[in-house]
Amino acid sequence: MRMPPINLWRTNLWRNLACAILLLVVGISLAANWLAPAGYARQYREATDAAPSRAHWLGTDEIGRDRFARVLYGTRISLLLAPAAALLSTLMAALVGGLAGYLGGAWARAAMAVTDLFLSLPWLFLLITVRALMPLNVSALVSVLVTFLMLGLLGWTSAARVLCSTAGSLRESDFVRQARASGVRGARLFWIHVLPNLKPVLLAQFWISIPVFILSEANLGILGLGVAEPMPSWGSLLRELEGLVSVGEEPWKFVPLILLVVVVTSFQLVLSKQEQVAA
Amino acid sequence: MLSRKIARHGLAIVATVLLGGLLSATLVRLAPGFDSDEAQLDPHLNSASVQALRQTRLEQHNIFRFYFHSLQRAAHGDLGTSLSLGQPVSLLLRERAPLTLRLVGIGLLLSWAVAMAMALSAAWLRVSAYDALTTAISGAFLCLPAAVLALLSVLWNVPGALAIGLIVFPTVYRYARNLLAKAYAMPHIVMARAKGLSELRILFWHVVPLAGPQLLAVAGVSVSIAIGAAIPVEALCGLAGVGQLAWQAALARDLPLLTNLTILVTIVTLLANSSADLIGHVLRGREA
Repeated sequence: MRMPPINLWRTNLWRNLACAILLLVVGISLAANWLAPAGYARQYREATDAAPSRAHWLGTDEIGRDRFARVLYGTRISLLLAPAAALLSTLMAALVGGLAGYLGGAWARAAMAVTDLFLSLPWLFLLITVRALMPLNVSALVSVLVTFLMLGLLGWTSAARVLCSTAGSLRESDFVRQARASGVRGARLFWIHVLPNLKPVLLAQFWISIPVFILSEANLGILGLGVAEPMPSWGSLLRELEGLVSVGEEPWKFVPLILLVVVVTSFQLVLSKQEQVAA
Repeated sequence: MLSRKIARHGLAIVATVLLGGLLSATLVRLAPGFDSDEAQLDPHLNSASVQALRQTRLEQHNIFRFYFHSLQRAAHGDLGTSLSLGQPVSLLLRERAPLTLRLVGIGLLLSWAVAMAMALSAAWLRVSAYDALTTAISGAFLCLPAAVLALLSVLWNVPGALAIGLIVFPTVYRYARNLLAKAYAMPHIVMARAKGLSELRILFWHVVPLAGPQLLAVAGVSVSIAIGAAIPVEALCGLAGVGQLAWQAALARDLPLLTNLTILVTIVTLLANSSADLIGHVLRGREA
């Protein structure tokens, strides 16, 4: 063997550690109401842009909102809605890719043509184009829904390609032919024999989509096209880095970035197995 | 055979662009706020001018007619006028495209140079710690949002092209490393090594021909990633390129400008992917 596999990254220890970190972060973010009862929008006008203190563990932002509370609530929004968007995109991929692969022929070609059309545009470009088509001046809640719905509705294409090819090979498999010969047809054949066999690929695609959507939301947020104020998300929290003059100046402003990197890295470590399934 | 493949690629590009254009036109037409026109509220306009504006809007109600007229104008080099900047779209593109091309080009060169150097050194050295280190470095960049890298490049005065390079590099490295590892594990290459062939000869005579066509496919994909990366880098670094234009158009909901940019970017990425595919096809043909 020319290059030995990187056992360091593949061991269960790292995966378990990554799972533990993810569970811890999700758990803490779910407890945001108890840990920061004042909420993410409350302003402390006497302490704007303050440094960390006992009252404000991560200081306050330029309009006096507690940064620790905003990080907690922002983490909750990003970590709960990214999987929701991933679920939506996986379902769409199953519907479009799985059905196209199962039906084959012109259906598969048409579905893959649409998929190619979406894939021909860079992901971020597609996102900002579609986001611009919708009203930008909306309430914070609507902006959250629009952002994550858009990620879910546009992020299904690469998964659909994989599912189309997997469903295509399942269609030609012996057990499906036997089921067909036994008189099982149409939707029943798809639901009972094809779809359950797509489950590992669907699960892998679901897990792979989550960090992609987290990073996409962060990109949109920094560009001012994501979740609107006063609602926090990792993207909107990272916008604070725009005004920094040096890294050492206010290092606590990097906490959302560190948290995001830790969470996405944990997802990557958990995903090493899932990626093999998806491939 | 090659000419047929080129023709097929050409047809696919034209069909995708036409379909993409129709989809964009439909979305623009159905987008909230399309029917409202602030110009109609201008008190300086007389009733005939307002009527003419209303008539123009009415003509755009039919999606297919709207798309056909847009195509007709585009064929004559008229890409419309930007609503937010008040300038012809073709002029804006002419002014800004060179900078983006330069940034994307240099960024791609940098990313490929770093990724290939790391992947090849990992393949040559065969030290698992070094392999883990290079994988960890690329993994770290993969976990950073492109916009954060752009912000950090502003903070550390790093050129925009380098930021684009760092955004593209982890994807290229991951593919290159896996392809090289797979190529080096092939039985004939193991045999060549056992026979005592030099590392350089093995690399250029056996590994590159094996991994080359697939690396070319990655090159096509990397162009798309680099163009996507140009948006946050140009927007946050204050570089007046096409990426910044797209961002400004999105913030201002300048849909005609955004539609043209979408079609332009689609053409560029499709051309990059098709060229990579065709070159790979030619190389495979020569090898056979």
